[in-house]
This record gives sequence, C-alpha cells and structure tokens, in this order.
Amino acid sequence: MSFFRRFAQNRGALVGLIILALVVLLAVLAPFLYPDSPWRMVQRPFLAPGEMAGFPLGTDTMGRDVAAGLAHGAWVSLLIGLISTVVALAIGVPLGALAGYFGGKIDDALMRFTEFFQTIPNFALAIVLVAILQPSTTSIVAAIAIVSWPPVARLVRGEFLSLKHREYVEAARLVGQTHRDIILKQILPNTLSPVIVLASLMVATAILLESSLSFLGLGDPDTMSWGYMIGAARTVMRQAWWLSVIPGVAILLTVLALNLVGEGLDDALNPQLARQR
Amino acid sequence: MTLLSSVTGRLTAAALLVTLAAPASAQETPQSGGVANVAIQPEPPGLMLPLVQNAPTQRVAGNIFEGLLRYDTDLEPMPQLADSWEISDDGLTYTFHLHPGVKWHDGEAFTAADVVFSADVFLRETNPRTRAILDHVESIEAPDDETVVFTLKQPFPAFIQAFEVGTMPMVPKHIYEGTDFYNNPANNHPIGTGPFEFAKWDRGSVIELDKNPDYYEDGKPYLDKIYWHVIPDAASRAAAYENGTLDIMPAGSVENFDIPRLSGMDGSCMTEQGNEFFNPFAMLWLNNREGPTADKRFRQAVMYAIDRDFAKNVLWNGLGKVPNGPFSSTLAAHDDDLEQYPYDPDKAEELLDEMGYDGKPVRLLPLPYGETWTRWGEAVRQNLEDVGINVETESSDVAGWNQKISDWDYDIAFTYLFQYGDPSLGIARTYISSNIAKGSPWNNVEGYENPKADELFAKAAVENDPEKRQAMYDEVQQILHDDVPLAWIMELAQPTIYRCNVHDLITTGIGLNDGFKNAWIEQQ
Repeated sequence: MSFFRRFAQNRGALVGLIILALVVLLAVLAPFLYPDSPWRMVQRPFLAPGEMAGFPLGTDTMGRDVAAGLAHGAWVSLLIGLISTVVALAIGVPLGALAGYFGGKIDDALMRFTEFFQTIPNFALAIVLVAILQPSTTSIVAAIAIVSWPPVARLVRGEFLSLKHREYVEAARLVGQTHRDIILKQILPNTLSPVIVLASLMVATAILLESSLSFLGLGDPDTMSWGYMIGAARTVMRQAWWLSVIPGVAILLTVLALNLVGEGLDDALNPQLARQR
Repeated sequence: MTLLSSVTGRLTAAALLVTLAAPASAQETPQSGGVANVAIQPEPPGLMLPLVQNAPTQRVAGNIFEGLLRYDTDLEPMPQLADSWEISDDGLTYTFHLHPGVKWHDGEAFTAADVVFSADVFLRETNPRTRAILDHVESIEAPDDETVVFTLKQPFPAFIQAFEVGTMPMVPKHIYEGTDFYNNPANNHPIGTGPFEFAKWDRGSVIELDKNPDYYEDGKPYLDKIYWHVIPDAASRAAAYENGTLDIMPAGSVENFDIPRLSGMDGSCMTEQGNEFFNPFAMLWLNNREGPTADKRFRQAVMYAIDRDFAKNVLWNGLGKVPNGPFSSTLAAHDDDLEQYPYDPDKAEELLDEMGYDGKPVRLLPLPYGETWTRWGEAVRQNLEDVGINVETESSDVAGWNQKISDWDYDIAFTYLFQYGDPSLGIARTYISSNIAKGSPWNNVEGYENPKADELFAKAAVENDPEKRQAMYDEVQQILHDDVPLAWIMELAQPTIYRCNVHDLITTGIGLNDGFKNAWIEQQ
C-alpha cells in the first residue's frame, strides 16, 4: 500500500490536511489579497462581520481590517511555527544521536544537560527568554526552539539506543565505516518516521506558544499575529466578541489540523502500529 | 456664602456658579449623610502626601491634607486654609491670613508656625518640585499665629499657583519637628487638617476615611465616610460600578472604550472638569541629538504625518484636545493664534524628500501604561510608515521606559507631563537647556538647545508685568512651534464618571485631588 493510501485511510488526517492546505494558501496569498499593511486603519472601528461590504470579518478597535490581519497573521504563525521547529530539530537531533550512539559518559553528560531544560516549565522559560532578549521575531523563534528541543533529543536517543545493536549496524561497523557514516547513513534515516510525526506536533505547539506570548504582549510589536489579535481584543470582549473569537478559531483550526496530520503521518509511517479502523 | 464674602482674590461669583452648576441638580441645598464608594487605581504606595507624590496618593490624601489655597477651573486662587492674601505691588511679598480656629485631626491647633515648618523645613527636604519653587523665596516668617509672609528674591508671578495641596500640603509641626520624616510612625496614620480623617487601610482592598467632625467650615463635609476600593482589574472595576458597588470612577479607572457604556448608563453622569490645573499633555520625545530626528524638517514631518484627530476620536473616544503648540490651552499664557499643524501626509513626505531622508529606521518607544497607549503606539507607527518613515517598535516595562528615556536611548518616545498651571512651573522645564541632564525622564530629555528660548523663559518667569510676560511667552511659543523640539499630540481628558445623585463632586480646577469637601449625596 502506498504511503498516501495509508495516510488517507485516516479520514481525520485527510480533513486536517485540507484545512492545513487552506491555511497555507491563505498565508501565501496574503500579500496579494491584502497588499496594504494589516496595521493600516482603513474604516471606522468596531465594524461587526458582514456589516459593511469589503470587510467580511469586520474591523478591530482601531478600524483595522480583521480579514487582512488574519491573512497576514497566518503567514507569521506558520513561519514562526516552522522555523522554530527546524531550529529545535537542529539542536535536538544531533544531541540525541550522539548521546544514544556513544552512550556512557557522553550520554550521561548530554542527558543531564537535556534534563536541565526539561525541569523548567516550557512556557515560563519562553517568557523569561523573550523578556530578556526583547520581543522580536528572532527572539521568539529562539525562545520557542530552546524550550522545545529536549523531547526531540530524548526521542532520537531512544531510537539510537534500540537501533545501534541491530545487525545492519554491526555489519556496517565490521566493514569499517566511520562513526559519522554509521550515524548519518545507517541509523539516522531509520529514526526519521517518529521524528517527522513529532515535528508536525511541534509546529502546532510552536504556533500555540507564539500566540500565548503575543497574547501576553510579548510578541514582536511590529508583526501582526493571531495571538496579538486576541490579546488586543481581550479587553473589548463585551463590546466585540468576534475580535477575539475569529483569530481564536483560526488558531484552533490550524493546531487541530496539524495534530490530525501528525496522527495520519504516524499511521502511514508505522503501518505495523496503525490502529485497526 | 460666608466663604465667598471673605475672598479678596480675583474670584468672581459667576465663575463659582458655573463650576457648581456642572451636574444639573434637582435640589440645591446640600444634604448631609451618606457614604461615597470610589475606585482607586492603582493602589497608592502611601498616604503621607508631603512625602509621596504619586497620582493615586494625591487623589486619596487630598481629603486628609490641605494647602493654603485652591484654584478654580480658570486657575484663579480660592481660599482654603488662608482666608485672604495680599501680593505687594513689586511682586516680592506674599502675605497670607489664615483661617482662625483650625485644628489638626489630633486636636492640636493649626497655626502660622505649622505653615513655616511645612514650607521652609519639611517640603524643602522632601519634595523636589516644591523645593525648586521655594528657591525663589528669600524668607518665610510668621509675625503672629494667623499670618504668614513669604518674601521672594525676585518677582515670580507663578508663585501664587504653588499653594495647592499636592504642591504645598500643610504638615503638623508638633508631630514632625526634629524627627526622621521618612520613618515617623505618623506616616502610617497621616494627620492633616482636611475634611476627612484617616480611619483604616486594608492593603489590597480598601482605604477608609471618616468625616472630620470638627471641620472648620460649618456643616462640611457632608459625607459620613469615603471608601476607596482597590480593584486592579479594569473589567472588575467596570462591573463594580455597574452593579452599584462603586459610585465614583476617577479618571484612569475606566478603560477608554468603556467610557461611553458606563457614562451612558441610567443615572450615570460624566464630567471632564477638575483637570484644568494638571492638564496632562501627551507628547512624543524626539531625540534632537542624533539620527533623523535631529533634523528640524524630520520633526516637522512627524507633526504633519500623525493623525491626531484619529487618535482623539478612536483611542480617546473624542475626549481631549489636539494642541496647536507647546502650551496647553488651559494656560492663561496659551497663544490661540498659533498656526495648527494639520494632518497632511503629503506635506510630511515633501519635507522628508527635502531633507533627503534615506529610510534609516527610527525606534519608537510607546508608554507602557496599558491598552490605550499600546494602541496609540501602533497608530503612530502606521502614520509614520504611511509617509515612508521606517519604524521599529521597542517594548519595555515602566522601569525600562524610565531608564531608556533618562539615558537618552531612544529616537521617538511617548510621554505625558503635567502643566501645573503656569509655564514656568510645568513647561519651561521641558525646553530650557539648563535642564538637560541624564538621569531623569521628566526634564529636557529631547536635548533641545536654543539660547533665545532659554532667555525668554527665564525673563518671563520673573517678569511682573502681565503684558510684557505674555509678549515673551507668545514669542517663545512661536519659536518652539517652528522648531518642534518634540511633538505635541494631545491634551488628555480626565473624565470622572459618577452617579448623578452625587453633587458638587468637582468644584475646582484640581478636581478629585482637592478632596470631597463639598460633595453631597442626594437621598432618594
């Protein structure tokens, strides 16, 4: 059975993929749909959705187009989610691989280092990092990456521990391959499936983290993001509920879609573990 | 009306009537009794007003302490602890005749010796702003128990504006003389002469003030008690007003977007009076030393680029005023004929082209005082970007904001400053070059240096002839208007929202900070 057939067997995953595709499309098309800055004050404030043609989602407290904010925010959220995940993988995978492959003191040292990060609550650490580094897109990506790499390291280490005594690894060692080749060419490719599944979930978590930071006012002040939109609208909840609800639903759908896709990937990549449907 | 008859100042009965008539009242005779529940935001750090000058302290402690004078909404002096006063023709001698028979809350008599102690000893040590004013004073003497004479080194016409309770509160000599002012146990239970006495303070919850039964003005105060409720969350405060827990919401305790809703409720009234003395003036510091903001044309472009009417209408719900120059419109010295900078993005772009602005990004530092200020920062950034200025917004907390401005580490930064009723008290400090010094966010932090402006401010402050003084102030306003040392963005409104059955809540230009002496509640 092909990879996609297995993936598509999970209906939820298919729905997730469609939603995700739409969000990506929205993000990519944002500069064409709304070429103006989403910060531009274009109409009178507090227009309800549908109240005026041309503003399908209404305007916010300052008369900025909510639809424009949503589109540009999609780009920001996805980009921050993706980049911070890539950075987290770039830290977590090598550390986990080295710890798992060499074991012994290297393993001890690297895992104690990892645990050091794991003992601090994720969100608290992210807040502290962003506050110290001053809020900007770079500092937010860095903070999210720093709090989310430890699970990657532990997962990769576990995989390496179980794979390094397999016969094909022993064989590679017997023919004299270097450690580097064994790690990169023999073991790593075989650990990819769980890492890919984890990464898809990490993107979802990163989007949530970015939104939470922006909600607390620790977002990049020059970047329109969904979390910022909710944070700015929180205090006017009673006058204009839609200002918080619209970006909230956007976050919910995107994160849900990523989780569904992650589950589908899990099924597709580990057919022997797939649940019976 | 016994009060009125003794006034020797320029107070007119008409001015008083206008002030008193603010809320259309069905009933004219004040009724005694009742309790006022007031929001206080944030909780004050202390109530010993002569030591602590934070805004919430002034608001609560203005009931406990008193100054020699109060000021009406035209900033004309009114009697308080001083019944009458004379200023000599040469402007050098100020003689105050104190109200007889005034007692401190602990029963001791209030005398001229207390006034001398407060001004000459206590406030000179504890209040930097009062100290600066008292630098003009040669001597303070008490020829008898009910007379105080201030002798000045040179004429300083603004001196008559300096006797308000926040600037020169009276301190009991018999409690503080010879003690460590900052650690005196009485600081926790302040003793004043005011219409209300300190009763109790449950930290984080409520401050309780009781009626002063021996108050020297007959029949006053009318209220039995004032409760100041500490409710940090804005939505909870609004709910407390809606459900009747709170009766009075001073400026700053209601979010701007909630003002129309709360003031529009049945039986809810709103006034913008009581703001005339402080008249907080919102400005953008523009760093005159370096970067694009060092160029006058860039600073003028900023004035043209910012849509100040939008900010007023959308962010401040139409309250407040767009200023035409450096002096706020409530000041007598304000020049009405100054040409307004209109919202004109094309003109701004022209100026930027003319100076050859190369797109170098400027940093914008908003004021971290809550929602409205954050949104305002976003609006200004958008206005500037619309004319082609590249802006990077910086975030900071209040301490960081203080630090950056004190260290001159900014390009454009939001702030607001009090006016204190006279240019020499509230305005000159922002523009004179002798006031350029790192370490304070409230002096000439933009680094504006203009010998002509320095000279005009210095001469005007000590000029006793009103016409000559006005001519100098007109000239300096024109100079500043053209140089744009900083951008004047708004004269902030300070709306008070209250139940309409509370009468005479605000009767002076100092507003709620002047105490609830005249306030009364109409019984149902």
